[in-house]
Amino acid sequence: MKRFSLLSPRAGAAFITPAGLLVGAFVIVPFFWVIYVSFTNRTLLGRTALNPEFVGLANYLELFSPHRFLDPGQFGFSLVLTIQFVLFSALLGQAALGMALAWLLQQVPKPVKAMTETVVIGAWILPEVVIGFAWFAFLDYDGGTLNGMLDAVGLPRGDWLLDYPFWVIVVFNTWRGTAFSMMLFNSAFASIPPSYFQAADVAGASSWQKFRDIGLPLIRGHVVTDLILITMWTFNVFTPFLLTKGGPGNQTEVLSIYTYRVAFRDFDFGKGAAVGVVVMLINLAFALFYLWVARKRTPGGAA
Amino acid sequence: MASVKFENVTKRFGGFTATEGLDFEVGDGEFVCLLGPSGCGKTTTLRMMAGLETPSEGKVWIGERDVTRVHPKDRGISMVFQDYALYPHMALADNIAYPLKVRGQPRPERHAEAQRVADVLQIGHLLDRMPAQISGGQQQRTSLARALVTPSDVYLFDEPLSNLDAKLRLDARGFLNHLQRDMGITAVYVTHDQAEAMALATRIAVMDRGRIVQYAPPLEIYRRPATTFVANFVGNPPMNLIEAEARIEGGQLHLQAPGLHLAPLPVPAALATRAPGRLTLGVRPEHLALAAPGAANRIEGRLFANENMGPETLVTVTRTEGEARLTARIFTDEAPRLSGAVAFGFEARHLHLFDAEGLRVPGDGE
Amino acid sequence: MTDHLRQFLGRAGFAFFTALIGAIFALPLVWFLFAPFNSRAELGLAIPEPFSLSNFRQVLENSFAIRALGNSLIQSVGGTLLVALAATLASYALSRSPLPGKRAVTYVLLLFSSVVSGSAAMVPIFLMITRAGIIDTHLSVILVFAGGLLPTAMFILRDFIDGIPRSYEESAMVAGASPVQAFFDVALPVIRPGVVVVVVWAFVNIWGSFLIPFILLRSAEKMPASVAIYSFYSEAGTPIVTLLAAYALLYSLPVVLLYLFVSWKFGFRFFGGIKA
Ligand SMILES: Nc1ncnc2c1ncn2[C@@H]1O[C@H](COP(=O)(O)OP(=O)(O)OP(=O)(O)O)[C@@H](O)[C@H]1O
Ligand SMILES: [Mg+2]
Repeated sequence: MKRFSLLSPRAGAAFITPAGLLVGAFVIVPFFWVIYVSFTNRTLLGRTALNPEFVGLANYLELFSPHRFLDPGQFGFSLVLTIQFVLFSALLGQAALGMALAWLLQQVPKPVKAMTETVVIGAWILPEVVIGFAWFAFLDYDGGTLNGMLDAVGLPRGDWLLDYPFWVIVVFNTWRGTAFSMMLFNSAFASIPPSYFQAADVAGASSWQKFRDIGLPLIRGHVVTDLILITMWTFNVFTPFLLTKGGPGNQTEVLSIYTYRVAFRDFDFGKGAAVGVVVMLINLAFALFYLWVARKRTPGGAA
Repeated sequence: MASVKFENVTKRFGGFTATEGLDFEVGDGEFVCLLGPSGCGKTTTLRMMAGLETPSEGKVWIGERDVTRVHPKDRGISMVFQDYALYPHMALADNIAYPLKVRGQPRPERHAEAQRVADVLQIGHLLDRMPAQISGGQQQRTSLARALVTPSDVYLFDEPLSNLDAKLRLDARGFLNHLQRDMGITAVYVTHDQAEAMALATRIAVMDRGRIVQYAPPLEIYRRPATTFVANFVGNPPMNLIEAEARIEGGQLHLQAPGLHLAPLPVPAALATRAPGRLTLGVRPEHLALAAPGAANRIEGRLFANENMGPETLVTVTRTEGEARLTARIFTDEAPRLSGAVAFGFEARHLHLFDAEGLRVPGDGE
Repeated sequence: MTDHLRQFLGRAGFAFFTALIGAIFALPLVWFLFAPFNSRAELGLAIPEPFSLSNFRQVLENSFAIRALGNSLIQSVGGTLLVALAATLASYALSRSPLPGKRAVTYVLLLFSSVVSGSAAMVPIFLMITRAGIIDTHLSVILVFAGGLLPTAMFILRDFIDGIPRSYEESAMVAGASPVQAFFDVALPVIRPGVVVVVVWAFVNIWGSFLIPFILLRSAEKMPASVAIYSFYSEAGTPIVTLLAAYALLYSLPVVLLYLFVSWKFGFRFFGGIKA
């Protein structure tokens, strides 16, 4: 024994090896491989499946080719669509709704709280394909629950998946993911000493004033954490595929679905990889920003 | 039982030196207290004995064996951790019996042994409980029981009583004292409570910034503190230290300070050959008494505080405008209603002298 | 008095409003609760009349459907075990052993794992698995999930282990235990709640996942339930709703049970990889 430690360096290295191999093989290698493939014309079948050629920046140039950049089915369209998708479903939908719910849940009777929480969390943890079907039925034109309800109150029914596909996946993703923000904010609010709010009660503050002047400022750090995390996740989410398959007419083809179609429907791996690289760069920017924020507020940071 | 020896032990954490040149021996059957302020390296020293830290330099011996690089499990020690380190998933019986389990004793035997030790510590009726279900004092005794359940060459204690209330603390202190006298264990005990060290130790090692500044029996430390640091750290309240102008005139030592009236002293041998310049004069609060005005040796000041502690009273005066304070501990019965000017008298034999570096100037006959 | 009344009305308003949001959230799930028990179920919402278990009988008789549930179980349990085992060992080492640069390692891992998302990595993962010759096997799904979930699992667990005083293991060693004994006797039991969280999290993740098995598996007898569910279509391409609904309910059951277990045991807070 050279120097005492709870676990010798050699044992430590042995302990890390299995995880190191797995992560190396399925996270780190793919990272470099996708970069490599993005510079080739690799396909699934045919001559270039076995002997892909180096094509330089051709895949990237094709992605960013200006004249059709924003047409549906093109990379630019998906990129813009994804940004809108993130903006509406994550930042506006999940975060705002999660915040409202977390605040309301602080002050409602226990049964109401328990039931609401269960439903919201249920939407979040049920398997994605199940959720996909439930929504498919919910939005069905003929007998779907939504149209049935609209009938009942005398409003016109709609063919939602055909007419408003983008808004469907926005609402869908909001519904699916609000639980995370709700729980994060919930625990953030719970960590504020009750005396802060009691002092405001004594001063006669309304719930809105307490939220604006005490609750929100005190959990600002959590809000930033939440926004970054849900942005990253929404940016990469594949679940809308289960509802719309990217259609109709590529109208809901967010980047992850676009990658899937290019690589596994058109079998153009080189181009799919190029999209992957762009997505990774965007992810990297978010991740670095997150680490930077997390480091900045390490003392007392709770997330 | 065995002795413990440190040979010039230095421990560095990165660039920071936690202990430096530790060189001392704990005799067989001794109970040594490591005493010092927070961060002075007591825990680090103890952990090097246990083998939980490896010295950067120097050697550690237990008995005749160089254990510097021996694993903790092979050192024949027991240790009580400051935070108790009771395993939360084991009932008390299993916690206490764990050292026996590791040694391969069968379950019934080790539980009988745990019961025996627990009974001595008066926690025998709690053995089915989990650590989270007992009080702090009971946890502390459980941790003690776990250390005592196996016979060990050396017992190490890291502030084991620091989390207890005053009453439990006194009880536990008495128990440890009894243990040492009765069983003659070798023990090293970390504390920053000087009263605890005084009560328990056969010798005290006073530490300051990673070094041992004095290593001696409690009374010796009390009577002849080696430095102003020790003088200031041991004693309650600590020794009064007075900066004084010193000069030798006519074969006698004259000391001058605001408020001080002191008959010339014989020159200590250590000062005979050099000009003294400034000296620090020390006198313990318990060696001060109210003096009649005009007494030969006295210190005067204005009353600052008067704290009644029951049978005794702490009287604090300021010698000058400002900081220079002085505290005396006198019997309450003898403390009249003081106000304004106060004078304390003392005997010259109770004075301590320290040189400009803060080192003790030995009196004659020391 | 009026003040009290106003306060009461305010509270009631909040409660009503919250319940309303809860109800709106529940709407898309209502059909899913009724249809499995309705032998003539369609996409339309209808109270089962009569209440019937015939859909489930049909599912249970469908050997393909049952096999798919078994496949889900194989892949989830395999992946979860691998994640839990590798993550426990690795995070213990990252927390307790004096390996140089271990803090940096954790952060780099985390960075990679959030950058290399499923959508970005599907092409290289497919190519690698193909080249390794394990395309269309359970093993491929298990390995890919293990690799992908490990960084987050390690991060959660390392945080957990860092919060456990080192004096547990130290006191065990002073008592005479070897590092391995200290790990199994003392460290592992204390870490267990953290491992349980990781296990539940990994299981729910793999069990519910669609994309990875969808890309990696070809043959029907390997499909997990998440992919197999798409085979309940008639020749004409319309979903066989009765079967689908009952199957979806069966398939959701483990997740619901785990949710109940976790909220009973720990109080459901986070097992969603908050640290990710
Ligand atoms: N693992 C470590 N890494 C870096 N510095 C350390 C480490 N352990 C201790 N130190 C430093 O060494 C010095 C001595 O620490 P030690 O724990 O021995 O003090 P102590 O005398 O026991 O104090 P206390 O009474 O507060 O317990 C402190 O300044 C401490 O910050
Ligand atoms: Mg200490």
